[in-house]
Formats: sequence, C-alpha cells, structure tokens
Amino acid sequence: MKTIFILAWRNIWRNKRRTIITLSSIFFAVLLALFMRSMQLGSYGNMIKNSVESYSGYIQIHELGYWENKSINKLLEHSQSIQDSIENLPSVNYVIPRLETFALAATETLSKGVAVIGTDPEREDHMTKLSEKLVAGEFFEADKEGILISEGLGNYLRLGVNDTLILLGQGYHGTNAVGKYPIAGIIKLVNPQMNNNTVYMPLKTCQYYNGSPNKLTSMALVLDSYDAVKKTTARLKEDFGERYEIMDWEELQPELVQLIQSDNAGGVIMLGILYMVIAFGIFGTIMMMTMERLREFGVLISIGMQKLRLAGLVFIETLLIGILGLLVSFMAGVPLLLYMYEHPIPLTGSAAKGIEEMGFEPIIPFSLDISIFYTQGLAILVIVMLCLTYPYLRLWWLKPVESKK
Amino acid sequence: MSIIQIKGLHKIYNPKKVPVHALNGIDLEITEGEFTAIVGPSGSGKSTLLNMIGGLDSPTEGTVIINGVDVSTLSPKKLIDFRLKNIGFVFQDYSLLPVLTARENVEFIMQLQGRKKEEFKKRAEELLREVGLGDRMDNRPSNLSGGQQQRVAVARALASKPKFILADEPTANLDSVSTSDLLEMMQVLNKEENMTFIFSTHDQRVIDKARRVVSIVDGKVAEDIQVEQEMAQ
Ligand SMILES: Nc1ncnc2c1ncn2[C@@H]1O[C@H](COP(=O)(O)OP(=O)(O)OP(=O)(O)O)[C@@H](O)[C@H]1O
Ligand SMILES: [Mg+2]
Repeated sequence: MKTIFILAWRNIWRNKRRTIITLSSIFFAVLLALFMRSMQLGSYGNMIKNSVESYSGYIQIHELGYWENKSINKLLEHSQSIQDSIENLPSVNYVIPRLETFALAATETLSKGVAVIGTDPEREDHMTKLSEKLVAGEFFEADKEGILISEGLGNYLRLGVNDTLILLGQGYHGTNAVGKYPIAGIIKLVNPQMNNNTVYMPLKTCQYYNGSPNKLTSMALVLDSYDAVKKTTARLKEDFGERYEIMDWEELQPELVQLIQSDNAGGVIMLGILYMVIAFGIFGTIMMMTMERLREFGVLISIGMQKLRLAGLVFIETLLIGILGLLVSFMAGVPLLLYMYEHPIPLTGSAAKGIEEMGFEPIIPFSLDISIFYTQGLAILVIVMLCLTYPYLRLWWLKPVESKK
Repeated sequence: MSIIQIKGLHKIYNPKKVPVHALNGIDLEITEGEFTAIVGPSGSGKSTLLNMIGGLDSPTEGTVIINGVDVSTLSPKKLIDFRLKNIGFVFQDYSLLPVLTARENVEFIMQLQGRKKEEFKKRAEELLREVGLGDRMDNRPSNLSGGQQQRVAVARALASKPKFILADEPTANLDSVSTSDLLEMMQVLNKEENMTFIFSTHDQRVIDKARRVVSIVDGKVAEDIQVEQEMAQ
C-alpha cells in the first residue's frame, strides 16, 4: 500500500544527518569498489591481451594429442580452405600457421639448443609486432631463406647479420633435419629465456628443413577481444573438435590463469574488508533506527498493526537506504568508469619501459564489464538485508506493553 | 449491555524472581456508554488493569471478556486484529506517528482496517473537525500543542469505530485548560455517540467529570461509585 512507502520514505529522513552519513559511506565504498574492480578487471584483460598476443594467440588448433608432449610427429595438414573458413568465423581476425620444433644451432666452434619457430612473417608481425623488436638487419620474408635469431643467441654464438646459422635436429618421423640459413635480422625479445634461444624462420623454409612440407604444429587464432574466446572455442569444437585439438588461452597458459586468480582473490578480500566496515556502519544506523522507535513500534502493535506489516515497513525503509546509496554511487560511478575507460591511467618509469618494450601501451586500462556493477549492487543489498536481522529480532520479541514505558 | 467483564483478575510481575502482586483479584463489569475513571494511588495497579482490559498484557489468573470474547483464548495475531477492531487507545504521551500529519495519523488506523479510501478520507476530516482541529488537519504532531495532539489521538481512537476507548492518564501531560477542553470533548463524544470511555487519572478535576469512579488500592477494587449525572455536570 502506498502509505507504507510514504511512511518509510519519511521515516528514513527523520534523522537527516544520520541518513546522509550512511548514504555517504555506501557512496564512497561502492565508488571505491567500482574503481578498484574496474581497474583490476581491466588490467587482467590487458594482461591476457598482452600475454596472448605476445605469442600464444587466444585459441590454438593442433593435431589431436599434440599438446601433451608436443611431438613433432603429430602435425596437421596446412589446409587453406580450413584456414579460410576459420578466418571467416565472427570475431576471428586471422590465423597464424606455425611449425615449431627444437634444434641444435651450431657454428664451427659453438652450439646451443634452440626453439625454432616457422611462421608466416606478415601474420606473425601483425599479432606480436615482431618487427618492432628488430635490433639489427632486416625482417624475414615468406619467400626468402633469411631467418631471425634472438639477440642473446647471436651473442652466444658470436653471429651477426648476414652470417650463416647451421641447424641440426630430428625432423618429421625420424628424418634428419639439417640446414644452413643466412641471418636476416636480430631481434631482442623481452623474455630473457626466449631471447637466448629463439629462431624465427619463414614457414615454408621451416617445413622443408623439418621434412614436413605443408605441415603445421599449430594454428594460432587472433580474436577481436578475449570476450569472444568462449563462444569461438565452442564453435570451433563443434566444427572441428573431432579432427583437431582445440585449446583456448586458459588451457595454453594455465600459469596466467593462476596468476590472475590469486591476484583477484587479493582484490576480493580487500573488497570483503571494505564491505565489512560499511556493513557495521549500516548496521549501526539500522540498529539506532530500531532502538529509538521501539516505543513507536509498541504503540503501532497496540493500536492494531500486525508485526508482519511493521516488518514490511522496516524492510522497505532498509531497502530504500540501500537502493538510495546505490543510486547515488552509480550516478557518480558510471560516468567515472566511462571516463576512466576512455582515459586509462598512463604508467611511468621502469614499469612503463618494460611494457613498452614488449610492444604494448604502458597503461592501466579500465573495464566496463557489467558484472562490476551488479556485484557491488548485490553486495550492498545483501548487507542491508543482513542488517534487518536486528530489527526483526526486536520486533519478534516486542510486547505492546513495552510501549508504555 | 455489558461490554467488559473481568473476573478474579490477578497479575503478578516477575513471578520467579521478585514477585510483584500488581492486581489481587479484581471483578469489574463495564457497560456500554459508560464514562469511567479508574483512580488510585501511584503503584496501585491502574495501568496494569487497563493493559489487561486492552489486551496488551495477559493476566496471571482470571478472565477478561470483551464483547463476549475471552481475550486469553486469542492467538497473538488474532489479538492484534481484535484490538484493531474493538478497542481505541489513547496514550499519556499522545503517541502519534511524528512523520504523519494529523489527518494521516487518523487515516492510518482506518487503512490498517482496510477501509476504502473515500470512506477514510471523509471520516478523518469529520472526526478532526469534531475534536476541534478542522483547521490544523495537515499539521504534523510537532506543530501541534500537547492538547491538540491528544485530540488527534482521540480522533484516531474513534476512527476505528471501537467498542470503547481506553486512556491511561490521558491528561497527565496537559495543562489545566487543555485538560478541561479534552474532558469536555470526551464527554460530548460520550453523550452524542454513546462512546464508552475508560480512563485512569490522578487529577481530581478529571475525576470530578467521571460518571463512575472505580478506586483501586493495592490491586483491589476499594470503591466503585456511580456518580449522579447531574452532579457530574
Ligand atoms: N512491567 C512490570 N514489571 C514489574 N513490575 C511492574 C511492571 N509494571 C508495573 N509493575 C508494578 O506493578 C505495580 C502496579 O503498577 P501500575 O503501573 O499498574 O500502577 P499505577 O497505578 O498505574 O501507577 P501510576 O499511577 O504511577 O501510573 C507497581 O508496584 C509497579 O511497580
Ligand atoms: Mg499508571
């Protein structure tokens, strides 16, 4: 009934100052929570993007059973028509075909185990910005023999641009893989281990070296955004799941998932503490609102108001406080996050340098994921509802005669 | 017609720890249209008795029959509804809802009864005019004097069309002018609408207006006097 709402509304403004203080505490807590969560989720998104786009791609397609021991014998046929049909899926930007293997890199006097990556130079560069890491020489090209070696490897083997690198290893199905390749350029990779042992070859050259023409270890997929991963993976599994092994970045990089999860747990605990503090504040208000009105409640019961109705009134009052608090928080929080989304915080100093070297923008981006809003909303509403236990217990035990003292 | 019958009423507070014998066997009958004062020294049990009559507290022993219903047989929920339908309450400190206007306070109880809007709107206005507050209907209690608030409280009690109105020391917080105004108003309502009033008081001037005076001493009825109507005037 309408009167109950009017009554509830007026009741919460009986002590204006207290209500304003309570609403302010909700306001600041929710605003802080929104900011923190948006930044956290935004930076995870960025971490995923950076990490995924620096090598693995969002999704990889392998021959069935390849990933478990990465056997060079489990290769998939590089079919242009399949590649095209994958690239035509919504949210899929392009596919990078790769052949990855290990070899011994040697000069006349020195040798070192290396990771050999055969790939399409143009597509690879598109995703990983490999060409920006070039420190000497020129970038490799699809139809030339020239290869790229990482800076640390070059230093170790004392090789430079235009020198020749010899690769030895086991090729496809036990063949001997041997080759001599001119070094087109030197790249500096951020990951120190990779910087010490990486060789990039044009895909065709690598396939020939490995004795496996037209074969691949993987197709790496680049998507519009990581939001599309789940859907695209499902689609691919539906279309090709029987023939190929389809893995998303979470399976490809379980360490990253773990890192995010543990950091996220920290954030959630922080929020938990924040909300605990707020909960006590709200509880205090509800408790005062109850205690100073016990007499009034007693009178209402005396004159004939059912306790259930009274409980309904208190429920609406409490809910109104929660909703009002959320309303003002969102009124400020939504524009704030929209602004932060457009104007991410720029990083400075060494952190910025490191990220820039990886070829990424040195920023802390913000997320506008809708879940950020409804989790905070839900948290406040749950707190507010929990606070109702106090007035409800008091109401339950309230006797009308108490109104006379 | 008898509307309240009290038989062998005992009330012991704190029966386990320090027992207080507030009522020690009260028999009382109240008939429709009475204007009865319950009097007695402080601590004699007036409030306790009124609480029993109002179904606000339960007796240790004895029965309270209101309008033919033994109130001790009612469940807590039924008892609240019973009070809503049968008893009008006026409290010493007025006890109006501070966030509602005089009009809304009177309307509220009728809304609790589930009356129709046209009905409770009209009746609230009528009653407030009747208690002399026709021009203050949209004031909140904080903008009304004690006497005016108590009139609103009487209007609220009347609004629910109760069988009788219970008032525990309704004039205790009022000055003498407001006291006699309120009493006069109650007398008019008693005469013109045959509304039964039962009130407790310490105030001799209030006692003088009563048509029946029940004196309580030590939780017992010490005296029960029917005053001649002419004398009460
Ligand atoms: N809730 C209670 N618990 C314990 N004792 C009580 C309680 N209420 C009243 N009493 C005691 O019962 C006795 C009767 O009290 P009651 O309030 O009925 O007296 P009263 O006649 O209304 O007094 P007053 O004129 O001061 O209002 C007193 O001794 C009082 O102390
Ligand atoms: Mg008393």
